[in-house]
Amino acid sequence: MEISMKINGAEVTHDVEPRTLLVHFVRENAGLRGTHWGCDTSNCGACVLWVDGTPIKSCTMLAASAAGHDITTVEGLEKDGKLDPIQQGFIECHGLQCGFCTPGMLMTGRWILDNNPKPSEEEIREGISGQLCRCTGYKNIVDSIHWAAAHPAENEVSA
Amino acid sequence: MQTPAPVDYVRATSVADALSLLQQHGDEARLLAGGHSLLPMMKLRLARPEILVDINDLDELRGIRVDGNEIVIGAMVTHAEILNSPILFEHYPIFREAEKVIADPIVRNKGTMGGSMCQADPAEDLSAVGAALRGTVVIQNAEGRRTVPMREFHEGPYETKVADGEILVEVRYPILPGSGSAYEKVERRSGDWAVCAAGACVTISGGVFSSVGIGIGAVNAEHFTATGAEAFLVGKEPTAENIATAAQMAADSCDPSADQRGPADYKKHLAMELTKRALTRAAAAAVAVHLTKNGA
Amino acid sequence: MTAVQEVPISAGGNPIGFGSMKRVEDQRFVRGQGNYVDDVNLPGMLHSAILRSPWAHARIKSIDTSAAEALPGVIAVLTGKALEGIPRPSLLGDNFAWMPTLSYDTQAVLATDKVRFQGQEVAFVIAESRYIAKDAVELIDVDYEPLEPVMDAKRAMDPGAPVIRDDKGQTDNSITDVHGHKTWESGNAISTAEAIARAEADPNCVVVTQEVMYPRVHPAPMETCGSVAHMDKVTGQLTLYTTSQAPHAHRTVYAMVAGLPEQKIRVISPDIGGGFGNKVGVYPGYVLSILGTIVTGKPVKWIEDRGENLMSTSFARDYHMTGKIAATKDGKILAVDVDVLADHGAFNGVAQPTNYPAGFFHIFSGSYDYPDAHCKVTPVYTNKAPGGVAYACSFRITEAVYVIERLVDCLAAELGMDPAELRLKNLLKPEQFPYTSPTGWVYDSGQYEKTMRVAMEIAGYDELRREQAEKRARGEYMGIGISFFTEGVGAGPRKDMDILGLGMADGIELRVHPTGKAVLRLSVMSQGQGHETTYAQIVAHELGIPPEDIDVVNGDTDQTPFGLGTYGSRSMPVSGAAAAIVSRKVKERARIVAAAALECSPDDLEWELGRWSVKGDKERGKTIQEIALLSHSSLELPEGVEGHLDATAVYNPPNLTYPYGAYICVVDVDPGTGVVKVRRFIAVDDCGTRVNPMLVDGQVHGGIADGIGMALMELIAFDTDGNNLGGSFMDYLLPTSMECPSFELGETVTPSPHHPIGAKGVGESATVGSPAAVVNAVMDALAPFGVRHADMPLTPSNVWRAIQGNPIRVDMAIE
Repeated sequence: MEISMKINGAEVTHDVEPRTLLVHFVRENAGLRGTHWGCDTSNCGACVLWVDGTPIKSCTMLAASAAGHDITTVEGLEKDGKLDPIQQGFIECHGLQCGFCTPGMLMTGRWILDNNPKPSEEEIREGISGQLCRCTGYKNIVDSIHWAAAHPAENEVSA
Repeated sequence: MQTPAPVDYVRATSVADALSLLQQHGDEARLLAGGHSLLPMMKLRLARPEILVDINDLDELRGIRVDGNEIVIGAMVTHAEILNSPILFEHYPIFREAEKVIADPIVRNKGTMGGSMCQADPAEDLSAVGAALRGTVVIQNAEGRRTVPMREFHEGPYETKVADGEILVEVRYPILPGSGSAYEKVERRSGDWAVCAAGACVTISGGVFSSVGIGIGAVNAEHFTATGAEAFLVGKEPTAENIATAAQMAADSCDPSADQRGPADYKKHLAMELTKRALTRAAAAAVAVHLTKNGA
Repeated sequence: MTAVQEVPISAGGNPIGFGSMKRVEDQRFVRGQGNYVDDVNLPGMLHSAILRSPWAHARIKSIDTSAAEALPGVIAVLTGKALEGIPRPSLLGDNFAWMPTLSYDTQAVLATDKVRFQGQEVAFVIAESRYIAKDAVELIDVDYEPLEPVMDAKRAMDPGAPVIRDDKGQTDNSITDVHGHKTWESGNAISTAEAIARAEADPNCVVVTQEVMYPRVHPAPMETCGSVAHMDKVTGQLTLYTTSQAPHAHRTVYAMVAGLPEQKIRVISPDIGGGFGNKVGVYPGYVLSILGTIVTGKPVKWIEDRGENLMSTSFARDYHMTGKIAATKDGKILAVDVDVLADHGAFNGVAQPTNYPAGFFHIFSGSYDYPDAHCKVTPVYTNKAPGGVAYACSFRITEAVYVIERLVDCLAAELGMDPAELRLKNLLKPEQFPYTSPTGWVYDSGQYEKTMRVAMEIAGYDELRREQAEKRARGEYMGIGISFFTEGVGAGPRKDMDILGLGMADGIELRVHPTGKAVLRLSVMSQGQGHETTYAQIVAHELGIPPEDIDVVNGDTDQTPFGLGTYGSRSMPVSGAAAAIVSRKVKERARIVAAAALECSPDDLEWELGRWSVKGDKERGKTIQEIALLSHSSLELPEGVEGHLDATAVYNPPNLTYPYGAYICVVDVDPGTGVVKVRRFIAVDDCGTRVNPMLVDGQVHGGIADGIGMALMELIAFDTDGNNLGGSFMDYLLPTSMECPSFELGETVTPSPHHPIGAKGVGESATVGSPAAVVNAVMDALAPFGVRHADMPLTPSNVWRAIQGNPIRVDMAIE
């Protein structure tokens, strides 16, 4: 079936089987390999991206269901050659090691801040609790999201 | 990674459309709601429907609203929406307590109440909540709508009263002024299914329990509840001793089986312990509500 | 955080030397531009899937692949029978159905006669897409005759137990190592037995015996294992993109397994999504992707599911240990004896140095000063997946630390002594280093008491004990657990340590371009450790070249010199040393060039960071960048001196390095539910010199989370039918952000005296040291209930059962 969706602002159309998972559509058909997968049971969160601005696990959604919706992936965070504060925060605070969970963590981190610009440690920990990281023990991820909260993008400061 | 077997896909445009699609395809069709129960089963190839009827566009199945003296939750309401609902929090804090420990925030963004309830996992949390609150399930088929009490909704593990060609459209909960409610759950890790869970919703009048609802999950409680314990408490003072007796009665009525979440003796103990804790907190909350209203 | 000496800052804002520095690799990872193996897509690439055994032990009567082969889009289906028909021109067996393991055993690539564990590889489908490959797997019809499985290691050696390795003509389930031994011992059996007997007879002494199990767990990196193989039929060149922590060692193994000329094999490890030892072994899937490209002539991709990863690749631990500790009643440890039953699964696939069949387990005597220690390890076959050394275990040191640290706590309980006091009384003293342990290790350096006291200070130990006493008085149960560990990491020396005959020494190459920019080529391979950053800092420290001017290359056998790879915390102790030494070679070459340019003797020059200058006349000098250009210029050099600054080195470590640490964990236990909450975790590590303290802390953070995971939830158990009960992330539970507290770190710095920059390595320290701290804390909390021990994982049910005096047997299904 032919499926169209907007990914990071660009319209993408491909003819795929109805059973195609969204994570595969994004990776294989749209060629955006920043979104990963790490389990088959919706537990790890390596595949988190946004559908209409809300993070979901793209290994547990059919591409067909995403047709007509707005998808945002980690590749869509950087704007005009400038990293999003959440990306900068992960660099500043050593919020990643192997980098495999990082795209999903970034998408959730950005979403947490969009809804709660000054989250507590507990709110951040709760927010990322559906995403597994095997390298960092989460401490520096929490710190990275806090860093981004303390350093909103310049164009957002005045808002 | 695992992939589903070949399947056809169609998006329903209305409940009526969905029902007609279900009728057309018979038992080869499955409704696709949030997907968090069905898609993992399809990836494991334990489920292999021939066609999926996607009901995510059906706004008529969304929304949490007050209707007379009932709160109505649409089938396609997500767990996140239940968690964050001010209406539910005002009347039934138990929802927020239960939702906080259902899966994880990202799954809750997509997973729906209707999907969870129709999957009917024996450890599913909203079934225990629904039993405690004595909700009513509204099911629609080609002939129209029918209602089933939450306490009769489950036919067994992974089996409900929703038949082929039917859709669960909403669940209705009676508003109990002055009630107190609470939810307790033990899990091996955040986001895991319950080892055991217990919810309680009570009202207190004249210093005694005037109504008691108990919901118990994951330990094979009949209809996710404990009617003997409920009956025991009604008319009795909310003392620690009475609550402990009721909690023990509730546990005695459960028949858990051992698995990697724990042995049966432990689960039975948890049924007692968590029922006790839920009742204690619910009773305290009910008293508090009562006092506040009197004082106002 | 770390007390490092002042280092100059480069124009790029980075320390020219040691100090916290943001990682180079992060720039691509935060943009989603990492390149992991499943991101590799070659023109015409085919996909694959493996049919795995549903049975733990069964005879294969027949396999019918016709329906799978008939499915449109399927290119080929391989079975064990087919592989038996492919002759192999190598010394390691005459066909492709079997391959050697890293412990000189054999392992089926695809099962021929029997399946020996649930999840074993039975058939391999190559198809146009991964979806079709999965469809085809379902269409393969295998007729199995189920056999009784051996799931309980304790019964594997019972007379009459089913024999698993009948293919080798075995009549029991014993494992014989390459030296012909069925058990392996270390230390002095006689003196240890005598010391324990004396203590038993002495009213002023005690002997405590405790059985502890370190159950089967899995490294479970977020990225599963996989490979993309491409054989160019014309050139005969095989390129393998693969999740390998040891690309060079893997290339050699493939040359042996496939009989391919080694110079025609290029192994590329792209970005690796975590390793933790899971990506050391050579798995049938990798070999099958190679066979797949040979058969089809096209690139073939193989990527594991999560279930396949957990059920078939590289488990860790599975050690049943019985320890005896003897001590005087005032708390002086006298002797320790440990007897181990080691469950190795169906094929002896342990990845460890040849002469160490139980890895470095015999470092179990720990961080304490006593004369007598002995261990005996007996490995057995069971119907479980092979593996055994993985999950950041430092070659079984994690089992060793766990047993000694549990024994010390059991002893403290027996003596009624504070576990911190007992440890302080027995810790090795700084003046005892280098210290030869009762089992023959030579610990290089340490200030154990100092490190212990730093941890106690951060924790506020005395205050915690006061709080605990108050809480106990009102029926609340908090626990304080201590673990003090010593590791030996950085294998070789090569004369003692090899894997499959490959000595454990690592090559390195440093090129300095005419403009003074440099490229460092490593044999070791990052799986997230940050090699591209850290190794540039070592060169910067030695040569004064800003780290941003140094590129670090790893993971490609065509671009890097030979070496054994990254595991056992060996990168910093081995290749870190190599990086310093190769830099010093460059520095000496630079001295000659500088002397020629300055028209003086090399002996008249002195070095300060980044510059050779004339002694007593600092104005006369040349920077390393100026010297780099001169080395490529027409400058006349002394006779016999080559131009250029480039150098290579091979580092053969003279000894292991011995990082150590003191960990304190604080837990709260709800006795009504058995739920354990880790409230605080304090880790004070001494890993010698810290090249990048921020990255060291990151390594420790991850390891503590591992320890919390193993102590509280991670487990692969089996039921008696042979079913793996930890085969998905719904069942194999990894800790989330909710179970991990905000770790509190401290440090002491005791450089290794034999390492060129004094670094000891830290990759596995926290995974090794932390489980015992968590378990000791829970046992401390449960002490008022009379509980002395329960095995990991301390799930709510296990804790509650321990309080009832009936803890759960964790390696089998809960009944």
